Amino acid sequence: MASEQGKLRYALVVLGGPYSQAATHSALRFGEALIAQGHRLETVFFYHDGVYNASRLAAPPQDEPHLVDAWVRLANDQGTELLVCVAAALRRGLLDEREAQRHGKPAFSVEPPFVLAGIGQLVEAGITHDRLVTFAP
Amino acid sequence: MSDDTADMPLLVILRHAPHDGSWLREGLDVALVAAAFGRAVTLLFMGDGVEALRPGQTAGPLGQKGTHPTLDMLAMYDIEDLRVDATSLAERGLSTAELPWPARSVAAEELPAVIAAASPVFNF
Repeated sequence: MASEQGKLRYALVVLGGPYSQAATHSALRFGEALIAQGHRLETVFFYHDGVYNASRLAAPPQDEPHLVDAWVRLANDQGTELLVCVAAALRRGLLDEREAQRHGKPAFSVEPPFVLAGIGQLVEAGITHDRLVTFAP
Repeated sequence: MSDDTADMPLLVILRHAPHDGSWLREGLDVALVAAAFGRAVTLLFMGDGVEALRPGQTAGPLGQKGTHPTLDMLAMYDIEDLRVDATSLAERGLSTAELPWPARSVAAEELPAVIAAASPVFNF
C-alpha cells in the first residue's frame, strides 16, 4: 500500500447528473472531507449521467453552488484528475474540442481540466487507488 | 489497491432492467472492458437486473438496442461467473433453469460473501 501514516489515495465515481440528483453534491462534500482529513483525492471518474458535470456551459443561478466550478477548483488545488467517460459523454452531447471537430459539431462543451477517458481508466482507478467510492442517484 | 486484492475478481452488480435508462448497458460495458484488460469478472444480477436474463428480451420499442447480444458475447470475453440473486429471481417468477445463460443462484445470506470476495465492486 502506497499510503503513508494511514493516508489513503481515493478515487470517486460519479454517476448522477448535477442539480437533478444529490450524487454530485454528496461526492463533492465527501471529497472535501477526505482532503480535510489529510487523504488524497487523486481521481474522479464521471460516468452515466455523471458526465453532465463536465459541461463548460453550465450556468446555474448565482445563489446556488456552482458544481462544475467546484470540480475545477479541486483539479487546480489538489491536482485531482477529472476523467469523463468518452462513450457516455458523446451520446449525451458532451464533446471536447477534438471530438467536436471529428464529429463536425459547431461547438464543444468539455474543456480541461476535464478529460475524456475510456472505461479502462475506471477499471484501472479501481485497482491503483486505496479506495474507490461510487456516488449514484 | 493493495496486492492482496490483485487476484480478486472485479464485481459488477446490475440492478436495472433492460431499457430502464442506460444502466444495464453501461454496467455491462465496464465488465467487458475489465475483461478485455485481463481481469477476472463476476456479474451479479439483482433486483430488476434479473430481467436482463429473461428469455425473449429484444430491442426496445423506442429504438433502444437490446442487451441479449451483449450477454451472448460474455463467454467470448471469458466472463463466465454469472450470479443471480435467488430472491429477486423468485419474485419475478423466474428460475435459473429457464435462463438462456448459465447463472448461479445466490441466496440472500450468501450475498455479503460474494461482494467481500471481489475488488473493486461496481454497482449499476
